[in-house]
Amino acid sequence: MSTRNDKQDVETTGHSWDGIEEFNNPLPRWWVWIFYATIVWGIWYTIAYPAWPGLKEATAGYLGFSTRERVANEIATVDAANAEMVAALESVDLTTIADNADMNSFATKMGAAVFKSNCSQCHGSGAAGAVGYPNLLDDDWLWGGRIEEIAFTVTHGIRNEQSMSTRGYGGVMPAFADSLSHEDIDSVVNYVLQISGQEADAALATAGETVFLDNCVACHGEDAKGSLATTRSFEDPADLIADGEMLGAPNLTDAIWLYGGSADALTATITNGRGNVMPAWSEEFRGTSGLTQAEINAVAAYVHQLGGGQ
Amino acid sequence: MSTQQKPDQLYASREPVFPRRVKGKFRNLKWVIMIVTLGIYYLAPWIRWDRGPELPGQAILVDLANRRFFFFWIEIWPHEFYFIAGLLIMAGLGLFLFTSAMGRVWCGYTCPQTVWTDLFILVERWIEGDRNARVRLWNAKWDLRKLRLRLTKWAAWALIGLATGGAWVFYFTDAPTLLVNLVHGTAHPIAYTTVFVLTATTFFFGGIAREQVCIYACPWPRIQAAMMDEDTITIGYRSWRGEPRGKMKKQADDGVQGDCIDCMACVNVCPMGIDIRNGQQMECITCGLCIDACDDVMAKIGKPRGLIDYLALKDEALEREGKPPASVIKHILRPRTILYTALWTLVGMGLVFALFIRPDIDIGVTPVRNPTFVVKSDGTIRNVYDIRLRNKHGEARPFGLALNQDAGFALDVEGTDGTVVMVPADEMAIIRVYVDAAPDSEAAHEERTEFTFWVTDLTGTERAFAETIFNGRTN
Repeated sequence: MSTRNDKQDVETTGHSWDGIEEFNNPLPRWWVWIFYATIVWGIWYTIAYPAWPGLKEATAGYLGFSTRERVANEIATVDAANAEMVAALESVDLTTIADNADMNSFATKMGAAVFKSNCSQCHGSGAAGAVGYPNLLDDDWLWGGRIEEIAFTVTHGIRNEQSMSTRGYGGVMPAFADSLSHEDIDSVVNYVLQISGQEADAALATAGETVFLDNCVACHGEDAKGSLATTRSFEDPADLIADGEMLGAPNLTDAIWLYGGSADALTATITNGRGNVMPAWSEEFRGTSGLTQAEINAVAAYVHQLGGGQ
Repeated sequence: MSTQQKPDQLYASREPVFPRRVKGKFRNLKWVIMIVTLGIYYLAPWIRWDRGPELPGQAILVDLANRRFFFFWIEIWPHEFYFIAGLLIMAGLGLFLFTSAMGRVWCGYTCPQTVWTDLFILVERWIEGDRNARVRLWNAKWDLRKLRLRLTKWAAWALIGLATGGAWVFYFTDAPTLLVNLVHGTAHPIAYTTVFVLTATTFFFGGIAREQVCIYACPWPRIQAAMMDEDTITIGYRSWRGEPRGKMKKQADDGVQGDCIDCMACVNVCPMGIDIRNGQQMECITCGLCIDACDDVMAKIGKPRGLIDYLALKDEALEREGKPPASVIKHILRPRTILYTALWTLVGMGLVFALFIRPDIDIGVTPVRNPTFVVKSDGTIRNVYDIRLRNKHGEARPFGLALNQDAGFALDVEGTDGTVVMVPADEMAIIRVYVDAAPDSEAAHEERTEFTFWVTDLTGTERAFAETIFNGRTN
């Protein structure tokens, strides 16, 4: 063992605890030099990188480093890498997406992102909807469940003022509070309960059938299956909706109820009417905050493959 | 107590160690072990193995990018990491076993630090000469000759380091391709960084730090004390035979002097720089070189070998009284070592068993619970599941999906008409499936119904299953 310091007289700090004293040795040289080096490094760092706060912004730093810029560059790199696919998606024939594995994978992933940021607020992050907001996972489509029909709905919205010329007219459930008595409403509610396979008062339901035939068949059809599409003609591009498929007016005999299928919910619907609005999402109607054609196509592809697409 | 007394300094600068060349059976054993271990390390990545066109043709490959570990016919996926854990447990128990039976044999013969230091000392001796020459060179003033010798030595060390770091990266990607890329300067920066770091650490640990790594950095010497007892065979000095030591006298044996002639041979060959005659020390890695050195001297002076030898502490008393020591087998076979062996074997058999029963296909099911169920127009209740299908074969295979027969559900796979999915070679496919319960079925109204997904390799007979839950509509 080295004893080279033994001969030196090291002074003590002067404190003494039960005879135990503490040497007042200098700090190790290597430690001191590293300490000085960190100070030099620190000064250099504040010059080279953004550091000193000003009133509005910090000093930019000699090297001009910016995390914001770095993120922007990364996004630009990703966008550039995707540019080809996005361009292809812009003008793709929607019905061919599912057959092209690369395109399908890209479109559904991009569509999922578009859906999460724009659609999930109403339709839910799992696309299961809520009362008044359709469930996109099931096989019931008031406005068509084929991919081009979904894209059309996203583009123009439903019942909104910007795009009245296309889907603006369809499927408003009028309020019958003024034209039907309480008794009539009560009986037609029981009729609807009966035809949808729920518990109903048979006598009231029989009376309700007459009320239904007088007031409801125009939209919901004589069989109550919502055959609105056959009774209206649309100019291009609403030809998308094929004959026999529904447009706006729901099928009252199935298990799916947009606004609820209970007696109370039906009474409320018939009394006050229904007419929820879906915004139009295309740039044509929303300007720069709207979705590009590629985004619309992508989100249509995403929704179409959720399980209910036709 | 006087406060004037100066305490011992806690710091001591390193005394350089110049191990002398030695010949003998333990030295030979060390050479063999060095050749075998270094041979395995440097050459193993170059062993080729045919895995078909879609997988890397390397026998030992840690494919970090694809998270696969290939070892000859064994392929380990991330979810089978317990094999690695098991091997580590076996390595730990094996170390316990060897230490309790034979002391620090791991340290002395196979530890990478020992093996590479040995190699570095060998190179040093070739270039600078044996112990005395090296001591002279150490004390000499810097001149051209010293500079030339030192630079040559450092260059040779750096080359060994480079080969060491270079061999390491070959385990992680196709070795021949990487070698070409490394030479052409087109390899990934991480490869160069790794090679550089390992070159530097090999140089430093093997050339500069050497025994200090064992003494100061390695935790093993501290732990080993707990593994060893009086039956452990370790290196010792038969002091009852050697003492009192002294220079050999020309006259006949006077009966007083011990066998040790204090020639310092055992000290001079020690790579740890200790004197084994002081008894067991933490520094001793039981490499056996002092035994070789002493045996050599004993032969020369006509005394029996084994003044310094592998022996158990328990034998000391017996030998002092002139009785024969207990047999090696008796020392090694004792409850402790038997227990370690049993545990080691148990874990090993468990691993082998697990290796043989694991399937080459696998299924994982994640129910999509946002929402828990979907009602279709006709009242059918649908649940959606994300299914992961693993194909550990070297070629793409069709997997058939099915449910247990009494489930009564309809199965539909997104994107295909049937229930057959092609899974690419050595990949995991993620698919979405729909399970529908008829409106009047029991499951449609039960909160939870258990059922099972079965996946079958349609080209073979392998099957795998995963159990999951169907959520019905309860309101």
